[in-house]
Amino acid sequence: MSVFLDKDTTFIVQGITGREAINLTKECLDYGSRVVGGVTPGRKGRKVHGVPVFDTVAQAVENHGGEIDGSIVTVPPGFTKDAVIEAIDNGIKLLVVVTERIPRGDVAEMVEFAEMNDARIIGPNCLGLIVPEVCKMGGIGGPAKDAAKSYKPGVVGVMSRSGGMTTEISSSLSAAGLGVSTAISIGGDPIIGSSYAELMPYFEADEQTKAIVIYSEPGGRMEAQLADWQKEHDSRLPIVAFMAGKFMDDESMKGMNFGHAGTIVEGKEDSAAEKIKRLEAAGIRVVERIDEIPDVVKERISA
Amino acid sequence: MIFYEYEARRIVELAGIPVTKYGFCQTPEEARKIAEEIGGPTVIKSQVLTGGRMKAGGVKFADTPEEAAELAAEILELEINGLMPVGVLVDPKAEVKQEYYASVVWDGNAKKPLMLFSDMGGIDIEQVAEEHPDHVGRGHVSNLMPVGDYEAKQVIAATGVTGSQLTRATPILAKLARLFRENDMILAEINPLAELTDGSFVALDAHLELEAEAEGRQKKLLQQELGIPAGEIRDHYVPSEFEKNVKHLDAADHRGVIQGKDHGFEGNLGLVIGAGGGSLTLTDAVRSQGGKPANYSEIGGNPSVAKACGLAKEVLKKDGVEKIAVMMSIVSNTRVDIVARGVIKACLELGKDPGETIAIFRIPGAWEDEGNKILDHYGVEYCDRTVSLWEAAGRAVAKIQGAS
Repeated sequence: MSVFLDKDTTFIVQGITGREAINLTKECLDYGSRVVGGVTPGRKGRKVHGVPVFDTVAQAVENHGGEIDGSIVTVPPGFTKDAVIEAIDNGIKLLVVVTERIPRGDVAEMVEFAEMNDARIIGPNCLGLIVPEVCKMGGIGGPAKDAAKSYKPGVVGVMSRSGGMTTEISSSLSAAGLGVSTAISIGGDPIIGSSYAELMPYFEADEQTKAIVIYSEPGGRMEAQLADWQKEHDSRLPIVAFMAGKFMDDESMKGMNFGHAGTIVEGKEDSAAEKIKRLEAAGIRVVERIDEIPDVVKERISA
Repeated sequence: MIFYEYEARRIVELAGIPVTKYGFCQTPEEARKIAEEIGGPTVIKSQVLTGGRMKAGGVKFADTPEEAAELAAEILELEINGLMPVGVLVDPKAEVKQEYYASVVWDGNAKKPLMLFSDMGGIDIEQVAEEHPDHVGRGHVSNLMPVGDYEAKQVIAATGVTGSQLTRATPILAKLARLFRENDMILAEINPLAELTDGSFVALDAHLELEAEAEGRQKKLLQQELGIPAGEIRDHYVPSEFEKNVKHLDAADHRGVIQGKDHGFEGNLGLVIGAGGGSLTLTDAVRSQGGKPANYSEIGGNPSVAKACGLAKEVLKKDGVEKIAVMMSIVSNTRVDIVARGVIKACLELGKDPGETIAIFRIPGAWEDEGNKILDHYGVEYCDRTVSLWEAAGRAVAKIQGAS
């Protein structure tokens, strides 16, 4: 079992002829993922690492001869909203939006459209998700051999606002013998398709997952939302959190942006200190050091 | 993009929200003319992109056009928080019956714009929300459906406002919500929204912020309506030399991304670190272990030797920097050998011994073995992913503390 992906999951890549998209397609294919098509308007008939390219999502679906599960969207910011809505309109239910610097209004529009159509958006500004040794959807973990090194199958569900830190944390969990059930790079923007709390029910329903690790940053109210969720649902899954960017709580850093677009302290509520307080009040253990994560997870699983 | 008050006034005015008859002036003579046109007592307000204008003497009241000209002359010369005004705004002194508050912000959890309204305007809304929650109305608007006046009406009515006040405030809040969405704002606030003695409503002050990511598609508003030159950068603070130089280096070469900040940092350990989340984690790890970072930085993608060298040089040139730590979270696309070459080159060009200057090198990435060979050659201490970000930062701190 896993979250969202299994060995049969099919997906396309929108914007497949772009430089980064070509690499990403190869990485996913090498990992064993089923990339069944690509879309770049005006490029119909080409192939990218053997994957047929189409002008429209509808053509890709027709060529596949049935519903396609997902799409990795990696088109320029001004075109992303349209691409995402095109995919959803053609029956695709799982969208990984890689593109950075999309205006918030566009993100909010596509998320609302996804909600109306029972589709789920991961990202934007994310590296996607991975089920170790099963499927990789996005640039997460890098080339297949690197991803294999960092991600071993196991029991921990990982959600992270930083793509790079998803791999750093998963690598330490894998090295400690715990392994990863599903790791999701949820994106670093102020508005994202899927927050921790919105993804929790999926991990909750996944028998393979025994614990959750989240990587968190100042800015936004997503951690408060997770704390509220945990209080209401009393999840079977222990959650271990790491909060980066504590230095941003200094008065001199107020209003400054570090790391990701969504990482900015504007008021008291979105500071690191306040988030830590709320998470802990909900029974979520917040570790001080990044390298404490595996031991604390082991402790919480056996408790 | 943040706006001067006179620009924010213009934006809400363009959206059909009533404002007072104001004028933006850059000379005392212009101020006199506007005050004459207004005919009556005026307020002269410094146009600077910083708070605390009132306290600094940047807002003054005049009874006559002559006085308006004199005060304008004073305020035009007055520096506030290190910034000179771009002009003054001359505004009629309003006869206010009551102050209200209206704003629209993003709710990141609901992923929708949130309208806020209060009949206790003029003061800090967070304080009102805490002390008088029944005086704050809230309501989300859809991202896909048009904003209905009734949605604004519900928010205002929730605060107990009724009568002509309700019917006059309703279109203002609805227009503010439409402006917020149409103009890609991340903040649209009218505070105070004033009810004048004649019963009319005007926006007396507005704070707006347009999302940086949307500046390209808001050219019509920014360039044509407001006359803001393309590429004008406005920040909440004045960038330092280091910040400007790193930005310049980044723009000069499309390979990889580098960013640097030193606002609020003044330590002796320079940080050449990445990527986004890794940099945040590493900066904390250095500080938590007693280290004093001289700066913050981010390396992303696959920078060229020149870019890595440039960033390391800028960090090393900062006052008080004794050593640098070169560290990243696990990356698959950054070539370790290229970064290694870059930071070593920076040391050599500044006449420093790389083995002494680079406290630690921890980048688990592509071409790691090739990178290690170069680091070995110059006697630089390095480590791989088995050494955590915390431990790598700790080694750098221990080295610099041992050195001083």
